[in-house]
Amino acid sequence: MIERLRQILIKEFIHLFRDPHARFSLIVPPLLQMLIFGYAASYEVNRVSTAVLDFDHSEESREFLDRFSASSRFQVREVLQSESQIPSLLDHRKVVLVLQIQPGFAELLRKGQTAPVQAVLDGTDSNTALIAVGYINQIANRFAQDYQLQMADRLKPSLATFAPDIQLQERPWYNANLESRWFFVPGVIGTLVLVSVMTLTAFAVVREREVGTLEQLMVTPISPAELIVGKTLPFLIVGLANVVFVGVLGSLWFDVPFRGNIFVLLLGTTLFLSSALGVGLLISTVSQTQQQAFAISFFYISPAIMLSGFGYPINSMPTALQYFTNLDPLRFYLVVLRGTFIKGIGLDVLWPQMIAMAILGAATLTLATLRFHKTLD
Amino acid sequence: MSFRRLLAISRKEVLQVLRDSRSLLIVLLMPLMLMTTLGYGVNLDTKHIRVFALDQEGSQASQDLLKRFQSSDYFDLVATVTDYRALAAALDDGRCQLAIIIPYDFSVRLHDGRPVNIQALVDGSDNNTAELAIGYAQGVLASYGAVVQAEYLRKSNAPSANPALSVESRTWFNEDLESKNFIVPGVAAIVMAVVGVLLTSLTVAREWERGTMEQLISTPVTSLEIIIGKLIPYFGLGMLNTATCAAIAVFWFEVPFRGSLIALSLGSGIYLTAILGLGFWISVATKNQLAASQIGLVTAFLPSFLLSGFTFPIDQMPIGVQPFTYLIAARYYIVILKSVFLRGTGLSFLAAPLIALIIYASVMVFLAKRSFHKSLA
Repeated sequence: MIERLRQILIKEFIHLFRDPHARFSLIVPPLLQMLIFGYAASYEVNRVSTAVLDFDHSEESREFLDRFSASSRFQVREVLQSESQIPSLLDHRKVVLVLQIQPGFAELLRKGQTAPVQAVLDGTDSNTALIAVGYINQIANRFAQDYQLQMADRLKPSLATFAPDIQLQERPWYNANLESRWFFVPGVIGTLVLVSVMTLTAFAVVREREVGTLEQLMVTPISPAELIVGKTLPFLIVGLANVVFVGVLGSLWFDVPFRGNIFVLLLGTTLFLSSALGVGLLISTVSQTQQQAFAISFFYISPAIMLSGFGYPINSMPTALQYFTNLDPLRFYLVVLRGTFIKGIGLDVLWPQMIAMAILGAATLTLATLRFHKTLD
Repeated sequence: MSFRRLLAISRKEVLQVLRDSRSLLIVLLMPLMLMTTLGYGVNLDTKHIRVFALDQEGSQASQDLLKRFQSSDYFDLVATVTDYRALAAALDDGRCQLAIIIPYDFSVRLHDGRPVNIQALVDGSDNNTAELAIGYAQGVLASYGAVVQAEYLRKSNAPSANPALSVESRTWFNEDLESKNFIVPGVAAIVMAVVGVLLTSLTVAREWERGTMEQLISTPVTSLEIIIGKLIPYFGLGMLNTATCAAIAVFWFEVPFRGSLIALSLGSGIYLTAILGLGFWISVATKNQLAASQIGLVTAFLPSFLLSGFTFPIDQMPIGVQPFTYLIAARYYIVILKSVFLRGTGLSFLAAPLIALIIYASVMVFLAKRSFHKSLA
């Protein structure tokens, strides 16, 4: 039995490495994906293009607007003269934010009354707009506090000795400079290995069916179980190699640290791949052509990636959807990936994820084996 | 070009699509699946960040500050712990995303007007949530500081007890800054990239693999007739998908539709032509289903997701990456989609992206035709 298994394995590996297309799809898409994600994916908000419209022309209004020019979060691109310029600027996507100061701004401030500042935002990109509003409020708060103290100092110097000065001393753990890449690069490894292992498995079986060689295999003494193991084991090995390859590349190219234990990562990868292989096999049992296999695998891949916490936080999803994410093995694998790369944590913390992936993997593999038997009969 | 031959080719292709009912069903369900996972799953306005607090003082003032965290929508005060090790453990296993440490001399320092430092340990492994958490926490501290200051000034009869500034922000186009309004309109571009490039290229590649393309070529049909005739049914499917996407967006997700239907159809038609041309080109160049699917994934699906401005704003990408986004057809189409849905700008504003798409589409059809000729020779 071991001998027959070995023969199938050898056949599959020869298959994989002789086919230039398979070789290509093992190397080029992962590389490109890693590069695109590493460079393009970021939710940070800097250099928000801003226009200012100052009707007050006072020292105070200038000082206030200067704080925006000085901040790296904003980039003042236009100085406007009239309100009528605003709509066309926003319509043409020239600026995202218009700050407007009404006449009488300084007068209100000097009288100790509340002075309004208007901010007109392009909300099309709600994420940028929301973050920008936060920064505007921060700058305005700081300006207001400073201004009040100055006033108090001028009028009643004794008061100025008191100022509630509460500073947030933030200390980001694991990723001190809060680099986007540290978040996305381990995540890309997870999505890559899912996509390549799953589609390769599904395609490998379906292609044999399309070409008719699956029939030939069935008349040999190979048992269905041996066939399944022989068909999936190569891709497990390929997947593990892929994780190491992309992981090394990602950490060297993008300077992402690997702080944990490589064996914890490999264990997690094996458990995760068992469900990826299971899903791949399952898809192969329900599709007659490679095209169908591809389309169906797409139906699995996109929700799997979107609900995994890969780029979109799970705890902002509707509650029902949050429960649903527990069926997604990628969700747990991403915790293992980020845990071993960035946090440097071990099995003592990651065991619940491992167990969850083991359960999901066993369930999909069992289901796939049962269905695979049926389609062979 | 003979209209009769063109029609014959299209008819054959339509029959092929209709008989493969499984693929057809998948194509028709694609918009629904992507719309629901993206529309519900992608929520970038992070709320309910899990907070642990270590209150070393336990005074009225420190409790007041923590209450402010508790009452904020952005934070969920999960637990108050008594030692630092508990915080570290909670950060490690992800139970806590932000840990607030209030020093033992908080109220004394506050009362004396000495600077107070509140430590915030943030889980930086998800840098986006970490940045937002820091921003929101600073906001909470700033508003707490302003209240303390105002109270103090009022007690000492200072002249300016009013808050000095108030920011009135008005948001255009997406008034409530809802994530779904930002995400949902762009989904049509993704759906079409998948349907247009992936399915088309697989169908054509299959004809090459099976040799039926040779049979077609030996008939009097010209290459342009083959290309156009084959693409017509997929064009119809793609337009149907766009209409489904728009209907789901407007009637289910209640995204406003403010622009003109003509602009939407025109933009969609040209984008679809470009995408179908790309798909055809890939399939002629590879003549292999596995390779076509992988290249399609890398050239169409991923870039339209990542480099098009769909969720990641283009102006936030590194300067070196930004020029590449001009090579992505979805970039122009996303501008059109977002304008038509949210901005309500007319055709005249969309001249630039429309012209870019027309050029793109012509180049793609030209490339497809040329490589088709070459592969015949």
